[in-house]
Amino acid sequence: MSRIGVAFDKARADGRALLVGCMPAGFPTVEGSIAAMTAMVEAGVDVIEVEIPYSDPVMDGPVIQKASDIALAGGVRTRDTLRIVEAVAATGAPVVTMTYWNPVERYGVDVFARDLAAAGGTGLITPDLIPDEADEWLAASDAHGLDRTFLVSPSSTDARLAMTVEHCRGFVYATAVMGVTGARARTSDAAPTLVSRVRAVTDLPVGVGLGVGTGAQAGTVAGYADGVIVGSALIRCLLDAPSEAEGLAALRTLSAELAEGVRNPTR
Amino acid sequence: MSADALAPLAGPQPDSAGHFGRFGGRFVPEALVAALDELDGAWRTAMADESFRAEFGALLRDYAGTPSLLYEARRFSAKVGARVLLKREDLNHTGAHKVRNVLGQALLTKRMGKTRVIAETGAGQHGVATATAAALFDLECVVYMGQVDTERQALNVARMRMLGATVVPVTNGSRTLKDAMNEAMRDWVANVDETHYLIGTAAGPHPFPAMVRDFVRGIGDEARQQCLDLTGALPDAVTACVGGGSNALGIFHAFVGDQDVRLYGFEAGGEGVATGRHAASITGGSAGVLHGTRTYVLQDADGQTLESHSISAGLDYPGVGPEHAWLHDTGRASYLPVTDDEAMAAFELLCRTEGIIPAIESAHALAGTVALAPKLAAELGREPTIVVNLSGRGDKDVHTAGDYFGILDKEQ
Repeated sequence: MSRIGVAFDKARADGRALLVGCMPAGFPTVEGSIAAMTAMVEAGVDVIEVEIPYSDPVMDGPVIQKASDIALAGGVRTRDTLRIVEAVAATGAPVVTMTYWNPVERYGVDVFARDLAAAGGTGLITPDLIPDEADEWLAASDAHGLDRTFLVSPSSTDARLAMTVEHCRGFVYATAVMGVTGARARTSDAAPTLVSRVRAVTDLPVGVGLGVGTGAQAGTVAGYADGVIVGSALIRCLLDAPSEAEGLAALRTLSAELAEGVRNPTR
Repeated sequence: MSADALAPLAGPQPDSAGHFGRFGGRFVPEALVAALDELDGAWRTAMADESFRAEFGALLRDYAGTPSLLYEARRFSAKVGARVLLKREDLNHTGAHKVRNVLGQALLTKRMGKTRVIAETGAGQHGVATATAAALFDLECVVYMGQVDTERQALNVARMRMLGATVVPVTNGSRTLKDAMNEAMRDWVANVDETHYLIGTAAGPHPFPAMVRDFVRGIGDEARQQCLDLTGALPDAVTACVGGGSNALGIFHAFVGDQDVRLYGFEAGGEGVATGRHAASITGGSAGVLHGTRTYVLQDADGQTLESHSISAGLDYPGVGPEHAWLHDTGRASYLPVTDDEAMAAFELLCRTEGIIPAIESAHALAGTVALAPKLAAELGREPTIVVNLSGRGDKDVHTAGDYFGILDKEQ
């Protein structure tokens, strides 16, 4: 079983959900992103999702777009992302990488998989790669022992949902709403239904992302999902802060609040 | 001339998942797959439905003003050294070939029971065409346009608003066409139940490349027959400009099976491909994934999309339709760059010899034709016949051209 699978099992045994925190690589700088991700782990985030910044992130809302733009303007390269994965994996927390497909294809799919595995990454979340187009990635992830997290959506048909889940390894990413990333005032009504549809076809853990930003929302999602995935709200801590130190302090506070939330599932 | 714009297909087709060789396909969030499947089904059903074909054909004839003329440009021909036949898509309603695509997709939108269309636009031509069709079909219309473009194409913004559309300036990324497309995709993911994304070119995820090509392929079907009627033979070459590539595919498609007819796509070479300031995705790019499809893309060593540059806003896009990538790989069509200066020289030549002001996009096809003619004449040992897709008219470009030629009075 993958390291993420082990972490999900442990959380399940403890009667809580796993907290996955997302941060773009190289935001605000390479060193700054390592510091931010390390702070998140120290404050109780279980799994770090390192997003490779991309020029055309169609699944991302304004917060992640802005952070990605800052990272790219700072000159972050794909190989820096691998260095960040390695540094954060050294904390002991499982590190999963989220990436649009073109940077991987450009790097070389098999070479990227090899280097990601060597850096200690557990696998990829691929927002714009569906299993239908993923032959090369299926082979490379098998060859290098990496997890594959494809997305399922409220609009997925039963047949597509089953097919997609069948190609996942590690965990399944359920997108809670029809839309892009970004914290929302209310959590989704569609998500519990989607999670139960996934559970009907697999024993893999299910993480729910899109729209979670507070401890209370994390608790609500923890009531029906195995993992709670938070990105924009954490990133905003850094974007909105007047200084890096204050940003890290806000990040720790929110991480701790979310960690508390996933330990108190609303059922 | 057949009035049936969707007669049974000739020529090469993608596989059922939209792959043209190693290109095409779907690189999209799972949330959009259901909508793409719905669209694919609606399109295939419509294609097989005589009532749809009749309705589309009637609209093209009575509303868009097609078949467009094939005009023998004698004075231009004399300067060029070839018998040049212009496919006058510039005379269509809204001033370009794009009206064919938007009418087809708007009809499909109605058939799918959707009430809202969204579109991306660069120069504003596709936005205006979409707003036009939305007005005709009583659909809500939102057009995403990079803020840089809303400023340099203010007149087209006004046209869209007059037609009842909402124009949303896009302020993220490079604030141009590719960012407008990103924003339209984001809107579509969030509103897919009632919204159709009316993509303006033969790019994007399957079924868009094949579907858009089929809605505009009347250009080539008409031109092929018109050329036979006029000259008694097929042309030696067919030329078109290539940005996303819908006008080129529209005219190429009918000729793909005619092995003696050479097909040339002219890309926007901007300030020269060697300068890096261009929009020639096939000539100066590499295979990659952008906006839902695998094709040739202008990208850096890490796969980040590069900004494109062209004097023609309509060609200023860092990707190209996947069918062109495939026609390039198979060698069936040739793709060559044309610089801003070459395009503007041909723009001026057509103005002065024929009294026709072309779109700067189409001027790239004219410039490529000027360069091609002597080579083809030497190869054939006679005057060649070349059909050029004059895909749009230049009214929208008068300010750009006026600036370029320095003919505007200072106060204006």
